Order: sequence, then C-alpha cells, then structure tokens
Amino acid sequence: MSSAHVDHTHGTLPHEPEKATHEGRNKILGFWLFLGGESVLFGTLFATFLALRNQTNEGPTAHELFNMGMTAAATFILLTSSLTSVFAIQAMHRHKLKQLVAWLGITVVLGLGFLGLEIYEFAEYVHKEHFGMTTSAFSSSFYTLVGFHGAHVLFGILWISLLIAQLFKKGLTVVTAPKIYVSAIYWHFIDVVWVFIFTVVYLLGKVG
Amino acid sequence: MAHAHSVKHHKGLMDWLTTVDHKKIAILYLVAGGLFFGIGGIEAMLIRIQLWKPLNNFVSAQTFNELITMHGTTMIFLGVMPIIFALMNAVLPLQLGARDVAFPFLNALGFWTFFFGGLLLNLSWIMGGAPDAGWTAYTPLASKAFSPTHGVDFYTIGIQIAGLGTLIGGINFLATVITMRAPGMSFMRMPMFTWASFITSAIILFAFPAITVGLVLLSFDRLLGANFFEVAAGGNPILWQHIFWIFGHPEVYILILPAFGIISDVIPTFARKRLFGYSSMVFATILIAFLGFMVWAHHMFTIGMGPVANALFSISTMLIAVPTGIKIFNWLFTMWGGQIRFTTANLFASAFVPTFVMGGVTGVMLASAPADYQFHDTYFVVAHFHYVIVGGLVLGLFSGLFYWWPKMFGRLLNETLGKWTFWTFVIGFQLTFFIQHFLGLMGMQRRIFTYLPNQDFDTMNLVSTIGALLMAVGVIIFFVNIVITMSKPKGVANDPWEDGRTLEWTIPSPPPEYNFKQIPLVRGLDAYWKEKQAGNTEMTPSEPVGSIHMPSASILPFVMSVGLFIAGLGFMFSRDEFSNSFLAGIFNNYVVVIIGLLITFICMLLRSVFDDHGWHIEPEELEEEGVKA
Amino acid sequence: MMKRWQAFKRLLPLMASIALLLSACGREDLSALRPQGPVAQGSYDLMKLAISIMICVLLVVFGIATYVWIKFRRKKGQTEPPEQVEGNFKLEVIWTVIPLILVFILAVPTIQKVFAMGEDYTKDKNAVHVKVTSHQFWWEFEYPDYGVKTAQDLIIPTNKRISFQLKTADVLHSFWVPSLSGKIDTNPDGTINKWSFTAPKEGVYLGKCAELCGQSHALMEFKVKAVSPESFDRWVAAMKEPAKLPEDPQIAETFKNQCLTCHAVGDQGGPAAPNLTGIGGRETVASILINDESHPVKENLKKWISDPQKVKPGNLMPKVDLTAEQIDGIADYLANYKLNY
Repeated sequence: MSSAHVDHTHGTLPHEPEKATHEGRNKILGFWLFLGGESVLFGTLFATFLALRNQTNEGPTAHELFNMGMTAAATFILLTSSLTSVFAIQAMHRHKLKQLVAWLGITVVLGLGFLGLEIYEFAEYVHKEHFGMTTSAFSSSFYTLVGFHGAHVLFGILWISLLIAQLFKKGLTVVTAPKIYVSAIYWHFIDVVWVFIFTVVYLLGKVG
Repeated sequence: MAHAHSVKHHKGLMDWLTTVDHKKIAILYLVAGGLFFGIGGIEAMLIRIQLWKPLNNFVSAQTFNELITMHGTTMIFLGVMPIIFALMNAVLPLQLGARDVAFPFLNALGFWTFFFGGLLLNLSWIMGGAPDAGWTAYTPLASKAFSPTHGVDFYTIGIQIAGLGTLIGGINFLATVITMRAPGMSFMRMPMFTWASFITSAIILFAFPAITVGLVLLSFDRLLGANFFEVAAGGNPILWQHIFWIFGHPEVYILILPAFGIISDVIPTFARKRLFGYSSMVFATILIAFLGFMVWAHHMFTIGMGPVANALFSISTMLIAVPTGIKIFNWLFTMWGGQIRFTTANLFASAFVPTFVMGGVTGVMLASAPADYQFHDTYFVVAHFHYVIVGGLVLGLFSGLFYWWPKMFGRLLNETLGKWTFWTFVIGFQLTFFIQHFLGLMGMQRRIFTYLPNQDFDTMNLVSTIGALLMAVGVIIFFVNIVITMSKPKGVANDPWEDGRTLEWTIPSPPPEYNFKQIPLVRGLDAYWKEKQAGNTEMTPSEPVGSIHMPSASILPFVMSVGLFIAGLGFMFSRDEFSNSFLAGIFNNYVVVIIGLLITFICMLLRSVFDDHGWHIEPEELEEEGVKA
Repeated sequence: MMKRWQAFKRLLPLMASIALLLSACGREDLSALRPQGPVAQGSYDLMKLAISIMICVLLVVFGIATYVWIKFRRKKGQTEPPEQVEGNFKLEVIWTVIPLILVFILAVPTIQKVFAMGEDYTKDKNAVHVKVTSHQFWWEFEYPDYGVKTAQDLIIPTNKRISFQLKTADVLHSFWVPSLSGKIDTNPDGTINKWSFTAPKEGVYLGKCAELCGQSHALMEFKVKAVSPESFDRWVAAMKEPAKLPEDPQIAETFKNQCLTCHAVGDQGGPAAPNLTGIGGRETVASILINDESHPVKENLKKWISDPQKVKPGNLMPKVDLTAEQIDGIADYLANYKLNY
C-alpha cells in the first residue's frame, strides 16, 4: 500500500512468499477470521446433529446404517491429503514449483477419492437403505452436516485445481503464494472438521 | 494529467456499481439503509394506525402479521445495521489513519450481497405475500404446514444472502483494525467508535454463522422436506429457538455497541474533554460482548427449560448491567467539568444516556425470570426493546449522522431543522413507548392485530399511535434536512466542530480518494487533540509524500450478488407447480439455481484468475490537488 | 445479610408508593399489577422490588445528567479547554460495585421464586389436575381425574392447587392468566410443560394466548372461572350427564350431522373442535364474542355460526351450509344448553 512497497512480482522470492506483501498478510489474517466463522457454522451443525441423532422416526439408526470400513478408508484418504498439502507448502517455501504442483495435484486426487466414497455412501443409503433427507430428523441432520462438509471438500478441490492452473500460467509469485497458502489452511480446516464428523457422527453412532 | 493511468475510471451510475472506495460504499450503505428504514417505518405506522382503537379493521389479521414480521426483520437486518455499516465504513479507516479497509473488494461484495438480500426479502410483498411468522419465525408456525405461502422462504433466503454480506463486512473490519492502523496507533489509542466497531465485528463473526445454519435448516424443512423442526418425524421446534437466540441475543449487542461507540466519540468532542475512564470503557465493551453470548435463553424463560436453566440465565443476564452501568457513568463524568455545546449531534448523544438507561433497567427487570413470566411476550417487552433499539441505537445513529455528515459529504446538516428533528423524534418516542410498559403489565400481549374494548387499553394505544406519528414527523424533517443540505455547495473545514479529537478531522471534508496524503504518526489517544494541544495544526506524517497504491474498481461484486439473488429465487420456487411448462422446466429442475450459482462462481473465478494490480496516484497529482484545494 | 435487609428497608416506602400507583392500573381480572392469587403475587412482589431498585438507579442517573447539562454548558468566552481527566479509580470502583450489589439484591429472591414456581405438582393427590391443549385458536381443558373435557372456560375450585400439564396440537401458544399467574408456553408432544397456580377468590379471570400463533392470535382468549369447591363438584357432575340434544328432531338431525362430526356435547360427538357441553352458560362465544345484555349468547352464536371466518380469521371452523332457520334453531338450542352448578 505504501510507497515503500517492494514489488516482488518479478525478482527473487523471499523464503515465505505468502507473507511478503501487505495484501498477502491481510489475506491470511482475513482467512483465519473466516475460519473462525466457519467453526461456529460447523459447531451449530454439530449441535443440531447431537440434538437430533436419536430421532430416527422408525427409519434406519446410525448403528444399522454405518459402514465403518468405508468411512475409515475415507478418513485415511482425507488425512493423507492434509499431509500432502503440507508437503506442497514446504515445496513452496523451497520455491520448487514442480514439486508444489505435484503435491497439490495429489491432494486434489485424494480429495476426489474422498468425495467419490462419500457420494457412493450417500447413494447406498438413499437407494438401498431408504434413508433420505426426509426420512427422519436424524437423516436430515446427518445429510446436512456431512453434506455441508462434502460441499466444502468439493469447493476445495475446485479451488486448488484452479490454483494449479494459475501456477502453470503465472508461476510462483507473491500474488499466487498467499492463495496457495490460504487454500492449504482451508484444506486442513475441513480435515479437522472431518475428524470431528468421524468421531461424533460415525464412531458415536456405532457405539452409542 | 501528469500521469496516464492504465485503469479505467467509471463515471455516474457505473462508478457507484463498481466502487471499492470505503467512503462511497458508506454512502451506498446509507442510501440503501435509509430506503429500508423508510419501508420499515411505513410498516410501523400502519401497525400503529391499526392499533389506535379497539377492533379496528384498517388492515386484516394476515396483513398485520406480515407487517409486524417485516417491520422487525427490515428494521434490524436492513435498516439500522446498514446505517451502522455506513458509519463504520465512512469513519473507521479514517480514525485508524488508513487509506482504505483491508479488503476493498470484499467491502463492495458485502454491500451488494446485503442489498440484494434485502431486495429479495422485500419482493415478498409483491410476490405472493410477506413472511408472517414474526421476525423470530418460531416453528411450527413458520413451517410449510402453517405458513404455506412463500413468505417465510423470502425471509430465510433473503436474510441468508443479506447476512452473508454482514459477515463479509465483519471480517473486513476485523482485519482492517488488526492490520491497517497508522504507526503509533496502538489498540489502546484507538477511538472508542473504532473499538466498538471492532468488537461488534467480532460478535458478527461468531454470531452470524449460527443464524446462517438456522436459516439453512428452516429452508431445508420448507423446501426439501427435511425434518429438523417437524415433531412428527422426530424434529424439535425448540431447537430453532435456541439457534435463533444464540444468534439473536448477540445481535442485540451488534446493534447497541456501535451506538455506544458513537456516543463515546460525540460526547468528548462537544464537552471538550477526554473520555472519562477510557480503559474501563474498552474493558466494559469487551465484557458486554463476551456476556452477550451466554444469555440467549433469557428470551425463552416461558418455554419450560426448568428452574435451573432459568435461574442461571437470570443471573448471567443481570450481570450485563454492571459493565453497562460503568459506561453510563463514564459518559456522565465525561461531561462533568466539561464545556458542553448542544449541537444536534450532542443533543441526540445526551438524550441517549437517560433513554438507554430506561431501556437498560427494564432489561434487568426482564432478567428476573419469575417476573418475566408476566412480562414475556407483552407490550412491556415491546417497550423495552424499542427503548434499547430506538432510544439507544437510533438516537445514537442520528447523533453519529449529524456528527460525521460534514466529513462524509462536505456539508453541515441544518442545525435548526436538526433540533426540530430531535424534539419531535424524542418526544414522539417517549409518547409511543413509555406507555407501552403499562399496556403490557395490564395484560396486553404483543403481536395482536386488535383488542377488545373495555380492557383499559384504548387511551394508551391512542397516545402511543399519536407518539408514533410524531416520530414520523421527526424523520420526515430529517429527510427534508438532507435534501436542503445536499442542494447546497460543499465547503466545510477539515474540523467543522472545531473540537475534533480524532484523525478523521485532520483531513479534508469529504476526504480525497486516498484519505491521507501521508499516513499520520499517532502520538497518543485522541491523536489530533494531542497535536492541537501541542500547538500543531496538523498531524506529523509518518512517511514522505510518495506514490499511493489504489485498488481497482470492479463490477464483479455486483454481478456476484445478482447471481446469489437469482439462485435464491430459483431455490425458493423449485418445488412449485407452474402452469407454464417452460417455467416448470427451469425452476423444478433447479436450472435457475444453477444459473445463479454459476454467475457467482464464474465471478469468483475471474477474480482469482485476473490479478488486480490496482493503480497508483503519483506525488505530482497529489500536489496538483493540493493547489486546487 | 444485615446489609441487604437495610437496603431493603430503605426501599420499603418507595415500594409502598409504587404499589399504590401501579395498582390503579388495569382491570382486576386482567392486570398483572393487581394479582388475585399467590403465584401472580410472587411475580408482582419481584416486579415491585425490581422497579424500586431501578427507580433509584434512574433517579441517580437523571439527577447527575440534569446537573451536568445545566452546570457545565459552554459559556461565552471559554476558549481554554477544560482539564482533561483520565478517570478516577475510586469512582469507577464505586459504580462497578454498587450495581453488583443491586444485582445481588434482585438475584436472591429471583432464584427463590424460580424454584418455587417450578415446583412439580403433577403427582400431588390434593391438586386438581388439568391437561391443557391449545389449538389454533381455542383452548381445550381436560380433567383426567374426573373424565371431563371442556373448552374456552376453565372451571376451577377456589383455594385448591390446580396442576397443569400443557401441550399444543399445532403451533406454539402460551397460556397466560395475568391476574392469577405468569405465562407458560404450550409446546408440541415430547416437551410437555408443567405449571400450577391457585385462585383464592371466586371470580372470572381473563386468559390470553401470549405467543404469536397465526392470524387470530389476538382473538385466542379464554376465561378462568374460579368457583367454590362444592360448585365445582356440581359442575363436574353436570358435565358427566348424558348429552342433551335439540328437542326439534329436524334440528337434532342437522346438529348431529353438521356439528357433532367435530364438536362434542356430553357423551356424543368428536374431539376435533371445542366441546360444546353447557356452552349457553359460558362467558363468551368463540372466546371473543362476549355474552352480555346487549349481546345475548344466542345472538353471538348466530353471528359465529353464520360466518366463523369473519369473527376469527384463519380458524378451522367452516361456514356450514345451513338455512337461517337451522342456524336459529341450533343457536337457540345451544344458548339454552346451560349447566347448573
């Protein structure tokens, strides 16, 4: 913003290119704040789910429904994708564009895998178990909570894919770096949310 | 032209649709907020006309329920909140010594989503009926079975979109305060209005997502057949109330804290004395915000939560009286020993203090659950929250508008007309609402479209209606004042009140696009006052004159919001039966929703792909303008 | 404790004068300021305490404000700014601690009363048990111990604890008899509320729905009729007598076919709409048409049956296809259907 602003767009990149500019730092801060709001959003969804999870209205219960094998696989995939996005950021800090793109690409593929499993799971429930949005209060809160998370994953996949395209076109600069960094924070966030979903929805549903 | 810009400068309407300048966005918020405030005001007048005598049939029962719902919803979400945002936008960056907010693009996006959300909600009047379940939209009354028109859908989706705008605005102001403070402007040197805006934004960030979820659940129930609040399928209508009030009570503080901030800036200016107990004011504001999140269930004392919960929420609510009391006495002792000048701004600020205290004490009375069993859902409550919102917030907003109008528009509002507004509005207000306390205690429940004669309600309701008309007169005089003022040429000094204490009074009125030619160096609380006391006429700059980087204007925020608007409408009508097969095709297959969302997402894509390098104002240009000025 | 009492004692004269002032407000059978039973009295006592404290606060604030506004106006020739006071620790402590004490004074009786009013009497053998079900826009009262069901007029014996279990059949409503007690919401099945009060004095008290419940929320009133225990027993007995049908066989036939599909009298008819047993002796028709000399019950009934939507918009009673004679006959029959108690 100020006249002292150094133009890093062309030239050497600092170690943490995402924090090189005022705009970049603002973006990261703003995004953390946004995640604060997202936490409340998911918190409210979790509270709703906990309030309604035993209201099955003669439809399937959590215990009858959940297939822990598939869910565990999905969890494993998503957790791994969080790790790959860490590798991506490390590559970015080393200014290795190719590695960065590769790790981001793996993250996207893993995200797609997770999403595929989730869609398959939902389709199973709807067609085989007759467990739809309108079945019971439990089903409504299940689909809304898990679906909201799934929509977040989908958005993340599209977003990171777009960023990969931008990296090809623009390279790693102080403009693209904050975007990558912020998308990585986002990806970790939806990962953490999934850990809660896995515990509160699936494990508790199977056990409790 | 000393320097050729590569950037396009829009003129006229296009300028307003594409602006990312916080000062222009402030004016947009003000105009839109004023418009909705007018609509909400007309609704209020119709309500009062219906109630001026027993068994009146000026409007039908159904229309009345739509009027009260829309009056509450419009005033809170679309009337006063945007005017708060107008003042925040106009003043906060200036008080921080910043050239703009942290995210100018998001700022514009926040405005346009708010605007299109509000537009969508108000379209309900001409598209099959407004929402009719009260602004609280309690289920099951708000469910499809008992509210079969699209009214409540307009409510859920309209507020959803408008709320998104508010959330964006909140994040933006938080980041602005954290990162954009001028050198030397530590947190404990920030003006109280900035502090209040900062805390308000934090409350917005943590409260609005809750209502977002609530509205999603309600719209899923209504439009997708989900069962969150359907008792027959295991849902729980009380859950809605909890979600609503977990948002709803903090919302009260979202409304009142900015007013506290305004008063805390206006009173010291016109008393020529620094704010008494600045640090305790800051502390009290934070404490109020914190406590505001743990008192929501005091709106639900009669729902049958049991004595333990009722007792706990009684106590936590009463505790809010303590930090609020601190503020009241700090304001009084700011004036103590001062040299008070009663301009219109200060009249409103001064009237705020006792009026707000009256709303506050009834609040403590309401906090006592066993007494609340009688107060709840009566005109006593109506009187209480109007004392807080109108007697508190609206008086504060009037004060702020009169105070900062010259800074925003370069013209002083007419003081004589201003004083007319003040007296008609305040007297009208007391007439309207003081008596309503007694109506409630005497057995008049709220939200009734009529009442039987011989209940001792008649005279008091008549008085209340007369008072409301007087308030309307005050508001009309204010609009006349604006029209007269705006027809006059600009030309007020940097510091038209002569006793300005904060940074906004160090720069021209209205400020240039870049606000500060050189970012000032802040050397204490009330930075400008401090310099004046030291014999300086202006701030010490913290940087040499240099090229100033400005963000580019963009139409994307506007188009994105249009996309959300279209998607919202599409979602709302997705389950309707259409006689026209084309309409049925595009609505029932979610084509409209998809088109709307595509518009929004394509805009996001464009924003991401095309880097906004902004443009620069070069030092020569600054000099040129300096000569002109 | 001593301190609290002293503060309390100082408040007493203020409380007395407020009580005098407030009791002039409103009808005895409707106003929360003129309590007719111990529960309403409990709320009222708290209100008086709260108002007294709050008036003290208001007096202090208004006093200081007025003084400041007059004393510290800017005078001509004041060019030098006044002394800039940063704050005053002692003062700030004072106005933090005093509100805390005031809150404490109010909090203690609040908690006592919350628990007292939250007492569960549903298992109490000496209490009269009433199941309240609210409907858009009428009230159903069932006495499970007596096997009796009525609507709109709640008949209770004086000086007996009345224990309520309340729920709604549709949307939320709130059960409120201001002169006898504060309100309690009626929620759907699963969250049934409990409440209780007593009425020491015989009389008719006005009840209202206090939660927005649709178009005719304003018109969803009811009456609480407190009668002597003997009279109450007679009422129960009268309610249990077999139904008394119209004497004119044609009217009786019409009444059976058109009205008893939803309504009930005595042992006949259905439960969907208000029970009509003894409707001729009730205070109102449809809770909003008050029966008095200028509006006798028969006229009110005719007005209601001819066009229910006009009287109470949005209610479920349809405009039944009846001739003027039929309406007159049914209204006449119902108007004379009174119970002796």
